[in-house]
Amino acid sequence: MNRNNGTLLEVRSLRTYFDTEDGTVKAVDGISFALQRGETLGIVGESGSGKSVTNLSIIRLIPSPPGKIVSGEVIFDGRDIQLLPESEVRKIRGRRIAMIFQDPMTSLNPFMRISRQLMEITQLHLGYSNAEARSHAIKMLETVGIPDAAVRADSYPHEFSGGMRQRVMIAMALSCEPELLIADEPTTALDVTIQAQILELIKSLKEKTGTSVILITHDLGVVAGMTDHLLVMYAGKVFEQAATSELFARPGNPYTRGLLRSVPDPTAEQGKLYQIPGLPPDLARLGPGCPFADRCDRAEELCRKEFPPFVELTPEHYSLCHFAAEVYEQSGRKEIL
Amino acid sequence: MNTDSVQVAPTQPEQPLIAIRDLEVHFHLGGGSAWDNLLTGHSVRRVVKAVDGVTLDIYSGETLGLVGESGCGKSTLGRAILRLIEPTKGQVLFHGRDLAQLSGRELRQHRRHLQIIFQDPYASLNPRMTVGQIVGEPLETFRLKVGRDKDRRVQELLEIVGLNPRFSKRYPHEFSGGQRQRIGIARALAVAPDFIVADEPISALDVSIQAQIMNLLERLQRLQNLTYLFISHDLRAIRHLSNRVAVMYLGKLVEVAQAKTIYDEPLMPYTKALISAVPVPDPFIESTRRRIVLQGDVPSPINPPPGCRFHTRCPYAILACREVVPPLVEIKPNHFAACIRISPAQTDIEKVAPGEAPGLDAVEKI
Repeated sequence: MNRNNGTLLEVRSLRTYFDTEDGTVKAVDGISFALQRGETLGIVGESGSGKSVTNLSIIRLIPSPPGKIVSGEVIFDGRDIQLLPESEVRKIRGRRIAMIFQDPMTSLNPFMRISRQLMEITQLHLGYSNAEARSHAIKMLETVGIPDAAVRADSYPHEFSGGMRQRVMIAMALSCEPELLIADEPTTALDVTIQAQILELIKSLKEKTGTSVILITHDLGVVAGMTDHLLVMYAGKVFEQAATSELFARPGNPYTRGLLRSVPDPTAEQGKLYQIPGLPPDLARLGPGCPFADRCDRAEELCRKEFPPFVELTPEHYSLCHFAAEVYEQSGRKEIL
Repeated sequence: MNTDSVQVAPTQPEQPLIAIRDLEVHFHLGGGSAWDNLLTGHSVRRVVKAVDGVTLDIYSGETLGLVGESGCGKSTLGRAILRLIEPTKGQVLFHGRDLAQLSGRELRQHRRHLQIIFQDPYASLNPRMTVGQIVGEPLETFRLKVGRDKDRRVQELLEIVGLNPRFSKRYPHEFSGGQRQRIGIARALAVAPDFIVADEPISALDVSIQAQIMNLLERLQRLQNLTYLFISHDLRAIRHLSNRVAVMYLGKLVEVAQAKTIYDEPLMPYTKALISAVPVPDPFIESTRRRIVLQGDVPSPINPPPGCRFHTRCPYAILACREVVPPLVEIKPNHFAACIRISPAQTDIEKVAPGEAPGLDAVEKI
């Protein structure tokens, strides 16, 4: 496998819509990004921003109906996943692209022993015998730090704590050495000290195996230490896209800037917290203008009338805003001060 | 919170508004009887020591942050103070009267001054009542306002929490999570309380909405001189809102100090790990700082470990930690910590010689 840099995944103008009673909800509306091998991409957004739908679309797990991928391409290792027959997609899912979800309890089968659930994957995808699969399962559990793996392997999921279950999910996801790991809010249901354990684990496993990772989260603190690049999503659109360090130091979008300022920084003096006013928009009733205009501190008449352009600030930094250049300019000046 | 009040509130030598004394909430899960012994072969009583001997003062006008991981007993403590859960032992003194001893009628009278905001804005509002009825109900219960006066007060309350007064005829399902939390806050404010337990009020909300609710809580505190017990597992929110912070682990308080102090110079090993585990939204800090990653999980609160409850995960634990229950000692002025491996003379656990426990003397004195 080619572990050098090279594009592993490319998503082009992906649109996933849902038919609801209120009309068509454009959950993901024209998303494009590329993921290099060995890279970690963070997708940040609030609930309903479309971050999870993006990833379910990549692996073709959108329930249809009501959902439908209306247009766009998902090129994984040179092939468009949308055009493959279901049987081919199944060979990719779990083997070459693996997933970890937020809630480890509902993602594990409560009636099956942990060992059985882990063995299933390698037997299915790699054709392991029972004995091979079992020893591999125990090896994986040891890798993710389950104490007494050989004994604990025969436990049922309810006998494990939340953090341990998430470790099992990671062991399962990494069993076939996938090229891409999609982690959808992997630590949201966990306590802070356990979150730290899981994040360290993902980081060290990634260094060892060279897997590319897509990390979806609402927590800006989590992506700050984990990712190389970031997408900020709002109302089904990518609002900003940049290298992580650049995006934190010099946001070029009023939404990103607001989001960064509304998280209290425990290391600084506690002043009044910046707040983004209002509520996220109803995705079934979007107007023609910028979906963030009503909550934005920079919005003008133009923003409500015309949809903003995706402005290239640098070859690696894009922002969806009529005033992207101005906002970028401002945050650059602040850094010098 | 402005910095002036941070320095003033907790050091005032005044009477505390709420004084919690050796409060205990134990839940008995059965076991231990001859019958159980016969059936299961276990003769051990299974007891969840959710809150196990907590002593804490809350001063008027301050926000006391109560932080800990799930299952540490922080919500149970918050509810036991209001007697929404009956304490099994100990006192809660409010204006000098012990709430734990009050009769039903007296307690109801006192409840007017003590309110709670719940975590889940979806489960804590009756879906069949309008917003006006929800916010007005406490006014009726305590016979504070009736008829037109009541309606006017409801409108006023909605406005205070940032909702359109016209919404009073609507039902909870018509609102988003953040708006529902505002309704819950308006209900708590209706009776003009002195003290509010805010039990994870922002945990279920989106980042941009969290900031709105935190700012609202701060504004209301200034306007109405409220005292908060702010319960959260989110250390960033705790640091932002609180004057003082109490850290809880498996039913016991392990450290109490000023919010800034807890964050900048935590003394007790658990607090140190907890603070270092908080992800900071700054890639530079994240890539350079050292994180203390604790081994293992929080032990079960059913029959928790003896001695210091943190010894099973503590990188500094010595043999004595398994035997001695560390008391909360004032290690530095207004900075309390429960750890036998430090003492007022030797505050930095890193500098204590291996195997030594300078805090043991204090334990023996007690």
